[in-house]
Amino acid sequence: MHEHDVIVVGAGGAGLRAAVAAHEEGADVAMVTKLHPVRSHTGAAEGGINAALREGDSWESHAYDTMKGSDFLGDAPAIETLCQTSPDEVIQLEHWGMPFSREEDGRVSQRPFGGLSFPRTTYAGAETGHHLLHTMYEQVVKRGITVYDEWYVSRLAVTDHDDPEDRTCHGVVAIDIQTGRVEGFKANKGVIIATGGPGQAFDHTTNAVSCTGDGPAMAYRAGVPLEDMEFIQFHPTTLPSTGVLISEGVRGEGGILYNANGERLMFEYGYANNDGELASRDVVARAELTEVNEGRGIEDEYVHLDMRHLGDERIIDRLENILHLAADFEGVDGLERPMPVKPGQHYAMGGIETDENGETCIAGLYAAGECACVSVHGANRLGGNALPELIVYGARAGRHAAGTDLGEAQIQTGRSAKSEEGNIDSPVPLGAVDATDEDVAADGAAVDVETVISKAVEAENARIERLMTKDEGLQHAEIRHKLQKAMTANVNVFRTEDGLKQALRDIREAREAYEDVYVADPSRTFNTDLIHTIETQNLIDIAETITAGALARTEFRGAHWRAEHQERKDEEWIKHTLMAWNDGSPELYYKPVILEGEEKTYEPKVRSY
Amino acid sequence: MSTQIPETESESEELAQSSKPEHQQRRMAEKRERRVEREAEAEADAAAFDETIHLKVFRYDPEVEGKKEPRFDDFHVPFKQGMTVLDALMQARDIFDSSLTFRHSCRQAICGSDAMFVNGKQRLCCKTQISDLSEPVRVEPLPHQEVVKDLVVDMEHFYDQMESVEPYFQTNDLPAGEEQRQTRENREKVKMSTRCIWCGACMSSCNIAAGDNEYLGPAALNKAYRFAMDEREGEDMKQHRLQIIEEEHGVWRCQTQFSCTNVCPKDIPLTEHIQELKREAVKNNLKFW
Repeated sequence: MHEHDVIVVGAGGAGLRAAVAAHEEGADVAMVTKLHPVRSHTGAAEGGINAALREGDSWESHAYDTMKGSDFLGDAPAIETLCQTSPDEVIQLEHWGMPFSREEDGRVSQRPFGGLSFPRTTYAGAETGHHLLHTMYEQVVKRGITVYDEWYVSRLAVTDHDDPEDRTCHGVVAIDIQTGRVEGFKANKGVIIATGGPGQAFDHTTNAVSCTGDGPAMAYRAGVPLEDMEFIQFHPTTLPSTGVLISEGVRGEGGILYNANGERLMFEYGYANNDGELASRDVVARAELTEVNEGRGIEDEYVHLDMRHLGDERIIDRLENILHLAADFEGVDGLERPMPVKPGQHYAMGGIETDENGETCIAGLYAAGECACVSVHGANRLGGNALPELIVYGARAGRHAAGTDLGEAQIQTGRSAKSEEGNIDSPVPLGAVDATDEDVAADGAAVDVETVISKAVEAENARIERLMTKDEGLQHAEIRHKLQKAMTANVNVFRTEDGLKQALRDIREAREAYEDVYVADPSRTFNTDLIHTIETQNLIDIAETITAGALARTEFRGAHWRAEHQERKDEEWIKHTLMAWNDGSPELYYKPVILEGEEKTYEPKVRSY
Repeated sequence: MSTQIPETESESEELAQSSKPEHQQRRMAEKRERRVEREAEAEADAAAFDETIHLKVFRYDPEVEGKKEPRFDDFHVPFKQGMTVLDALMQARDIFDSSLTFRHSCRQAICGSDAMFVNGKQRLCCKTQISDLSEPVRVEPLPHQEVVKDLVVDMEHFYDQMESVEPYFQTNDLPAGEEQRQTRENREKVKMSTRCIWCGACMSSCNIAAGDNEYLGPAALNKAYRFAMDEREGEDMKQHRLQIIEEEHGVWRCQTQFSCTNVCPKDIPLTEHIQELKREAVKNNLKFW
């Protein structure tokens, strides 16, 4: 068994920042990650990091923009902490050598971004995430922090008290991908989940193949509620074949969207007569899909994004990387032909419920980054706000897990935060088909540390044994493929009651099919078949929470559009949805949104699209 | 169309039927139907595009009987316009043989995990269009690295070399509460060197690295360049960095064959960077070997 003070699961932006912060507090830190840290998906972020660095700007202004962008579903204490801390964190990154773009005077550059009242997005070319990831990994190397790379954490080691709020997380169980060995990791002070987004629940996503929601799924099954899962951001311009992102910069420079009839759809069909292609992401995404659904899509699938009229010189000067992306991933020369684009899943606003210290309702279990929901993004994330969340909340989780007193949290977590019971009219029973031997903590009266971990290791070995020794059944790829199709068909940009119910039926079917899953590859060496099979179960659980949340929320807020409910209902819905898995039966409840900040209360205003 | 589905599967299914509970039998039947459907779909796809792509893929697994001897497997997967080598490998794995093993993640040339040897050249599979290659498309693990399984190579040595050049910013002279200044020119100078995604293609293509296991190699030297040329670290640190790259297995081993530069998927002028480090070293009157 391995033993450290703090164990960080996942090594993207949030994980690396958490590890460095915990190390600076004197903790012995280890990172356990299924990819080598430089392979993490934070590297794919393009835009930048919002931080009120300059005269004329203020954290208060950043906080207001963020609250408004969230469609008044963010929690003020979390948003204010984000905006107050982001400038220091950005300076810290610069001091660590991050190659930011520069002004004439040598200071870091900032640029305007959607929804911001000041140009406060700090950036490094169009590869901000790549530089942030590498800069932080360099700091991990510098400090000699232990990294178990290509170790897949597949289970949390949590005590089995009846009430999740009485439980403690003592460590994790991980599979060494290279050898197939299963080992326990004991965390003396805390476990931080930083596993990133769950984009692979959809069949068309900008997320990496590794983004399978492992952290939220494990936390959920251990008893931590998932918050606001229905809020998924869809980006309007992704390449149809792969989901590779085509930056908003193309439309910013004057790129035009055409339908199959060669019509400039944003104007000619009146989706956004004032802003045209530059309307907000959700509006453009809905416009494109409406065209496709009404038969004006190209190959019934996508629309065209044309930048040829900008002229070769301007394109090459300002959008060179877009030419590479279109050529490499779609085989299209953007100078000669319009590029095919369609909306794709991009970001999950919801995740593991945490307070502003990064802690969950289970003692010793923390989460940060896209997998977590401290609730800074609410119903809709502003561009440039994902990276500051990583560093601000990664650092806080790291410090707190290492034992630093960050003060009492204002955001409550767990069942005691519940304001009312939720109720959804699901066509099928939610949850596991047979949860008896599944992940809920350990069985028996496991409360002492060694027993908790050894029981978790035992349970994991049993699961793997079962998957590996079964010599026929279904393969994960088939189940995952169907699940992804179902989510894209019915839990996409447009959501209807019937569609969401159909999706729940399809998810249920995937759950039943999963009962029969097996791993065909008999080898213990680098068995990706096994890893993907375990990931697929996580995707099923995550997909269900997204869909159930979407069915419950009978209003139109931020990225969540419902056919039958075409308005924001502030009276009823300024509250968070929580899904909690209690012994295999998911329960829905709500807790209020905190709109009271340090000095003022944020008053909900109509957000015109 | 030939497939890799083992023939024994359907026979053993029949035999196993009787001992299974009813719901499992039902699922098995459904599963069989689905597989037939899936194969029909794949066939239909192939027919619709009237084309399949022929892959010859390197296979090796140290612990599975019959795979211990390295061999090549043939896969014929339906071709679609815009398809990359990675897409084809995923199809081969998901439809025909789930044990086919390779690393991949972002699918957009930024995570650096799917560098392989494709038709005799180090490339990122995700950014290599099938239509640019001649058939059969031969996919092998990166040369000069130990193979763990199928297309997966051991990257430890590569990471060790990267970490041996002290790849982290070092300066004690930091302004309080604000950023350090860096000129635009200086940022431009280091810009290309900061684009490295650690894919290892350059190292694998380098003849010198192949013959000298201690040679730092193009990726690590580029990493050293990234810091040595960054004005924010200051002169003393630059001296220290030049000493590191000047060691016996450092820059002077480079014979400017340009193979690293030729294969770099991010177009980093690696050879040029190494030459510049050599010039800097000479200018600083440091000893050379």
